[in-house]
Amino acid sequence: MNKRLSGLIAGIPTFWLVVLFVLPLLFVLKMSLTEARLGLPPYHDLIREMEDGLITIKINFGNYVILAQDSLYLSALWGSLKIATVSTLLCILIGYPMAYAIANSPKHLQTPLLMLVILPFWTSFLIRVYAWIGILKSNGLLNNFLMWCGVIDEPLQILHTVWAVYIGDAYSYLPFFILPLYATLVKLDRGLLEAAADLGARPVMQFLTVTLPQSIPGVVAGSMLVFIPVMGEFVIPDLLGGPDVLMLGKMMWIEFFNNKDWPLASALTVVLLVALIIPFVLMQNYEQQDSKDKA
Amino acid sequence: MVAESPIVQIKQVSKNFDAVYAVDDISLDIYRGEFFSLLGASGCGKTTLLRILAGFEQPSSGRIFIDGQDMTDVPAYARPVNMMFQSYALFPHMNVADNIAYGLKRDGMGKAERAERVQEMMALVKIAAYAKRKPHQLSGGQRQRVALARALAKQPKILLLDEPLGALDKKLREETQFELVNLQERLKTTFIVVTHDQEEAMTMSSRIALMHAGRIEQLDTPRRIYEFPATRYAAGFIGSANLLHAHVVSQEDELVTLRSEALEREFVVHHGQPLAPNMDVSIIVRPEKIQVGPANDAPNKVEGVIKEIAYLGDVSIYHAEIAPGVRIKFTQSNVLPLAEQPLSWEQEVRLSWSPYSCGILSQ
Amino acid sequence: MSKLRWLQITVLLLGFAFLYIPMISLIVYSFNESRLVTVWAGFSTKWYSELMDNRQLLGAAWLSIKIGFLNACLSVILGTLAAIVLVRFRRSRMRKPLDVMVAAPLVMPDIIIGLSLLLLFVSLENLMGWPERGQLTVILAHSTFSMAYVTVVVRSRLVSMDRSLEEAAMDLGARPLWVFFTVTLPIIAPSLVAGWLLAFTLSMDDLVVASFVSGPGATTLPMMVYSSVRLGVSPQINALASIIILVVSVAVLIAGILMYRQEKRLRH
Repeated sequence: MNKRLSGLIAGIPTFWLVVLFVLPLLFVLKMSLTEARLGLPPYHDLIREMEDGLITIKINFGNYVILAQDSLYLSALWGSLKIATVSTLLCILIGYPMAYAIANSPKHLQTPLLMLVILPFWTSFLIRVYAWIGILKSNGLLNNFLMWCGVIDEPLQILHTVWAVYIGDAYSYLPFFILPLYATLVKLDRGLLEAAADLGARPVMQFLTVTLPQSIPGVVAGSMLVFIPVMGEFVIPDLLGGPDVLMLGKMMWIEFFNNKDWPLASALTVVLLVALIIPFVLMQNYEQQDSKDKA
Repeated sequence: MVAESPIVQIKQVSKNFDAVYAVDDISLDIYRGEFFSLLGASGCGKTTLLRILAGFEQPSSGRIFIDGQDMTDVPAYARPVNMMFQSYALFPHMNVADNIAYGLKRDGMGKAERAERVQEMMALVKIAAYAKRKPHQLSGGQRQRVALARALAKQPKILLLDEPLGALDKKLREETQFELVNLQERLKTTFIVVTHDQEEAMTMSSRIALMHAGRIEQLDTPRRIYEFPATRYAAGFIGSANLLHAHVVSQEDELVTLRSEALEREFVVHHGQPLAPNMDVSIIVRPEKIQVGPANDAPNKVEGVIKEIAYLGDVSIYHAEIAPGVRIKFTQSNVLPLAEQPLSWEQEVRLSWSPYSCGILSQ
Repeated sequence: MSKLRWLQITVLLLGFAFLYIPMISLIVYSFNESRLVTVWAGFSTKWYSELMDNRQLLGAAWLSIKIGFLNACLSVILGTLAAIVLVRFRRSRMRKPLDVMVAAPLVMPDIIIGLSLLLLFVSLENLMGWPERGQLTVILAHSTFSMAYVTVVVRSRLVSMDRSLEEAAMDLGARPLWVFFTVTLPIIAPSLVAGWLLAFTLSMDDLVVASFVSGPGATTLPMMVYSSVRLGVSPQINALASIIILVVSVAVLIAGILMYRQEKRLRH
C-alpha cells in the first residue's frame, strides 16, 4: 500500500488519542503540582515569569501532603477500594451463574438472551441509577414489598447507605461482567466436559475441575471491567450513597466543583490513576491473550 | 519455438520470515501453456511461492519475470496474473455475475462487452443459471466454478490456483480434475497449481515441482518423478516405495551391481550416471513392480514370509519379511475373488523385479 | 438433567428480574397520578404532557441529540481507522502504542477523562483563545472515548473477515483504496452501524465528562436530568425515562434482528 496513505491512516487516530487522551493526563499531573488560589484561573501556573524577567518553575507537592495527612482522603481511597471490591464480588456472584446459564442454553436462545443483558446498557445510565432511588428509599418499592410480606415491621434504611451503592454498582456494571465471561465460556470445548464425564466426573466435579479453571481469564477480564470504572464512579455514590459514603471520584468532584480546588482535585485524580494501573495491566494481558487466541 | 520461451522465470527467489526460510533460493522456469504443479506437504513453501507470483508477498531476494518483464516490484493489482483462492474468496455482498464482472470493471471495459464476457465465462463453467445468486446460496462445487470464472474473466496470461480442489469432497474432486485439464487445454492459459495432493498433481500436471523445506526437491514430468525419483524424500512423498540399503560393487555399461549386507545378496540395477565403487546408496523398488512366483532368470530376487495383508478392494498390499527386521511391500491386483487368493499370512513367497523397473538413490 | 435445567431457568429469571424490575418500575410510575412516585393514585398521562411543555428539558434533549449525532459520525471514522491499523498494519510502528491508547478509554473512569480534557481545553483557550467551551468541546471529549468502543466493534469484525477477499479484489486489478470501498467497507458495514449507535448512546448517556468540559451555554440532557434528580424523585423524569427506554428497546430490537439476518446471510 501507498506509504503516505498508510501513514495518514495510522496517524489520524494516533494523533487524536495522543492529543485528547495522553496529553490531558499530563496536564492533570502538572496541575496537581501547582498551588491553588482564589480567582480565575484558580491556580498558580507551574512556570512563572517573575518581575525581574526570570522564569521559575515552582513545583508544589503540598497537594499530595494534604492527601496523605487528611484522613478524609485516605478513607476515600479506602472506600473506593472497598466498594469496588465488594461490587465486583457481587457481579461475580450474580453474573457468573447468568453467564454460565446463557452459555449453556440452546444455541438459538443465546443471542436473544445476550441482547436482553445488553439492552439496559443502551438505556440511560443516569436514569437506571435514578430508578433505584424509587426502589430503595424508605417508603420505596422494596420496603413496601418487604413490609407487605411481613418480613420487616418498619422500613429499612438502605438508600444513602453504602449498601445502596453496592447494589447500584453491581446493577450498572453487570453487563460488563457477563459479556467477556460469556465469550470465554461459550468457547470452551464441550468435548472436555464429555471427556471428564467419561472419566467418571459428576457434573459438579466437571464444573469445578474443567469449566471453572478455564473460565478464570473471562472472570478476571470481566472483574476488571467492573472494578476499574467503579473505583472512579461518581454518579452512583452521589445519588444512592449518603454523605458518609466516601469515594475518590466523589471527593474529586466535590473538590473541583464545590471547593474549586483544581490542584487538589488533580492530585486526587493522579492517586486514582496510580491505583488503577495494576488492574489495567491485568486487563491488557487478558486482551492480548485473547487476540492471540483469535489469530 | 513458442514453447521454448518461458512465461514465468523465477530467479533465485528467497523469502524469509525472520530466521525461517519459507522459500529458499528457488530458480524455476515455467513455459507457456503448461499445467504446472507446485506439490508438497504443508509448510514446504509452495503457497508462499504462489503468493510471491501473485504479488501478495515480496521476495526477500531474487527476481520474478513474467513474459520477460520484471514483475518483482509490481503490485498485485497491476500483474497479468489472476488467482483462484483456496477459500474461493467470493465477495459475499455481490451476486455471481457481479463477482465475475469485478475485475472487468476495474479494466474499464464497456458495459455491453462486459456483460457479454460475463455470460461467456458463466457458460464456460456452466453456472449461467445462477447469475443472480449470492455466494451463500451456492453449493461448494458451484462456488468453486464461480471462483474459476472470476479468475479467468480477465483472460490472464497465467492462472494461479491455490488448492483448487481442496474444499471439495472426494468424488467431486475427481470429476473436477478432468474438467480443469480440459478447460486448460481449450484456453491454452498457463495454469500454476498449488496442491498437497500427489494424486491430483499426477493427474493434472504437465510438470511437477516437488517442494520440501523451501527448496525444489525434484522438477519433472509426473511420469518421470514417479519412475525415477531423485531423492529419498521424493520417493517417499509420491507413491510408496521400498528402499533397500546397499553399496556399489561394480558398474558395467549402464548396469550397476550392488550388494546388500543385511540381505546377503547382490542386485543389478539400470542406472545412467557413473557411481563410485563402494558408495552407499538405496535401491528403490515400487511395490507394484515386484513379481511373485519363481523367476529363476531374474537378477533381483528375494525370499520372504508374508506378515501383513491390507485389502484395498482393487489391489491388496502385502508386507513380507525378507531378513530379520527388513520388510518389503508389494501389491497384487485382485484379479481372483478374495476366497481364491493364493497368498496368505505366514506363507513363504519368492519375489523378483527387473533391473529396469527399479532405481538407485544416492541422497 | 432436568434439575439442572430448572436451576438454569431460575438463575436467568432472577438475573433478568434484577436487571429489568428497576426499568419497569420507572415506566409504571410514569403513569402515576400522584407526585409521590411510590404511592399509586390512579392512571394519568399528565407527566408526559408536562414534559412536552418543559422547554428547558426539550432544548437540552435536542442539544444532546445533535452532539450525539456528530460524535457518532466522528467516532466511526476515527474508530474504523484505528481498527484498520490494529488489524491490518502488522508492521506499523504506531500499532502497539495505539493498541494501548485505544484500550485505556474503555475502562478509564469518566471523571478522569472529564477533568483531564477540561485542563487541556483551558490551557488551549489561554494559549490561543480556542476552543471555547460548549458544544464543540463536548463533541471532542465524547469522541475520544466513543472511538475506543467503535474500534473494539469494528476490530472484531475485521479480524473475522477473510483476508483473501481483499487479496482477490487486488488480484483482479483493484487498487488498495478501491478494494477498501468496494469490498472491505460493505463487509464490515454492520459493525460500523453498530459502532455508530454505540457512540451515539454513549454520548447521550454521559453526564460526568460533559459536566467538566461543557460551557455555560451548553447544558446537555443528562446534566439537566442530574440537576433535577438531585432534588429528589420527579415524575417528569419517569416519563422521560420511559420514552428513552421505549425508543432504545425498539432500536435495539430492530438492530438486533437486522444484524442477526446479516450474520446468517454472510455465514456460509
